Amino acid sequence: MSSTDTPTEETDAEETDATATDTGREAMLEQLTGELGDSLVGSHLEPGIDLTVRVAADAWADTAAFLKTGMGFAYFNFVSAIDWLPSPFGRDMDSQVDISLEGSEPKETEEMTWGLAGGETRFQVFARVNDIVNHRAVTIKADVPEDSLTVPSWVGVYAGANWHEREAWEMFGISFEGHPGLRHIYLPGEFEGNPMRKDFPLLARRVKPWPGIVDVEAMPGDDDEADADGEDAS
Amino acid sequence: MTDISDRQQLNYIAAQAADARLNLELETEGMTLNIGPQHPATHGTLRIVAKLDGEQVIAADPVMGYMHRGYEKLTEVRTYPQVTTLINRIDWLGSFANEVPFILAAEQLMEVEAPPRAQWIRTILFEMSRIANVVLFLGDMAVQVGAVTPVFFAFRDREHILNQIEAATGGRFHPNFDRIGGLKDDLPAGWVAETKQVMKKMRGFCDEIETLVMGNEIFQTRTRGIGVIPADIGLQYGLSGANIRGSGVDWDVRRDNPNGLVYDQVDWKVWTHPDGDSFSRFWVRLQEVREATKIVDQLLDTIPAGPIMAKVPRIIKVPAGEAYVETENPLGVMGYYVISKGDLVPYRVKIRSASFNNMSITPWLLKGVYVPDIVTILGSLYFILGDIDR
Repeated sequence: MSSTDTPTEETDAEETDATATDTGREAMLEQLTGELGDSLVGSHLEPGIDLTVRVAADAWADTAAFLKTGMGFAYFNFVSAIDWLPSPFGRDMDSQVDISLEGSEPKETEEMTWGLAGGETRFQVFARVNDIVNHRAVTIKADVPEDSLTVPSWVGVYAGANWHEREAWEMFGISFEGHPGLRHIYLPGEFEGNPMRKDFPLLARRVKPWPGIVDVEAMPGDDDEADADGEDAS
Repeated sequence: MTDISDRQQLNYIAAQAADARLNLELETEGMTLNIGPQHPATHGTLRIVAKLDGEQVIAADPVMGYMHRGYEKLTEVRTYPQVTTLINRIDWLGSFANEVPFILAAEQLMEVEAPPRAQWIRTILFEMSRIANVVLFLGDMAVQVGAVTPVFFAFRDREHILNQIEAATGGRFHPNFDRIGGLKDDLPAGWVAETKQVMKKMRGFCDEIETLVMGNEIFQTRTRGIGVIPADIGLQYGLSGANIRGSGVDWDVRRDNPNGLVYDQVDWKVWTHPDGDSFSRFWVRLQEVREATKIVDQLLDTIPAGPIMAKVPRIIKVPAGEAYVETENPLGVMGYYVISKGDLVPYRVKIRSASFNNMSITPWLLKGVYVPDIVTILGSLYFILGDIDR
């Protein structure tokens, strides 16, 4: 990865107190950097709290293997995904509290921003593993390539990733290469779409906004628009 | 540890060979058995499709989603204080414990810390919801092997706990009592003394269950050596709580990473059992209830005076950032990965629920067991459907 994101820890603006050094997690990061080299494309160390690393998508499974066999992270915690796309449904997807505070005018579409350890693509997979002997844990992220939406599966390393990857596949539409059987886990087999994507509308909220602070039922006649929406939705 | 699984496999191969000879003579073939979604032994709407060869399971495939409510999506359109109402319903038997890790994650992002009194009360209620939850398991496990009486004892004695939770929070099952920065209310007058009495009753209940169930010969034959989970397999599948401690893994988030709860202030013990079978999981949970009563007792003695809310803004906006906080819930480790973009609503909440991981081992675990053992194994893994389906 030839981005400007170098594998160094981003020291946060608020370096508050004596907890600003965290030798244990720094050593972990060093070991990971040493093993993964260029595949480690970003990291974030919150002293005393947590370590997040971002790896290249093709190194996703190798990272897991190294964490498990090389660093003692035998405990599999979870695998999931994040959709960083700002919701195209704007404020009316949010609570009515927001609207009463900030007005109900449609907002400009926001730029895509990423969380800890940065990002480059719309979808990220993220996972967490624990070292239960030394009580350590690490969060691993990887950008999912936009064209293929596929990352290597963890099932070969941690058998427990099976259901988690099925869930991520179903909810985000991300494929896991080498998974023994990606099929629906929660939703019925004929379900279309990936509900956890930000551009998948939450129909209940589209039809009837969340009451929020003031719980007012609209009178028949003064919400023709909402009715029309409702019919469209069904 | 691996020799246990080898033994299980060898048994299975031997039995299969014997069956194959028999099948050749009688020309029998495999069948598919559908357990649930409305089977009384399945703790909710879980369905298991088991392929059988005679009385043995060749492959078992749990089918979930009959109760999927999409909480991860719903949290994206709720403000932070509203989210606790939802997540109460994940593990509905230990509701208060569901709220705590989410609130702690939000507090971590906001850099707010609850005052000591609130931390104490949180820990007390957390342990009480553990007791309310696990007590039902202790009674229920006996039902799985055919003894009906203990479950009535469990319901009877759980009521004492629920009464105390209701007295303090106003809600029997869904307290929604936790707030970012503290708690909704202080404890009512006389609550401490009453709760101590209840803890005494619960210890009595544990003794009762121990004499009634654990020494029972039928219970022992139905659970000893059944559903053995080797430690390394359990870790791979992310098992937690009594399921992993029943396999001899000494790991408890309460002790190892208490973040925000005051378990380091009390004297208690993490119990493990080396066997990894259904019995050991039952045994560990029984000890855990006892420990929980001790924790509550000690905390009630040392509860500090002071405010129950830190200073937080009236309208809660959580600064941008990511936080993952996990706690040792009644069913196992529960964690929330909260991603905030500085809004009133979370950007994304990943709910890591205990039962989802605990159940993901079932296709491996049920392979080669006999049909009646499915029920005891599922019972001993102890899951709540809401915790799987979310």
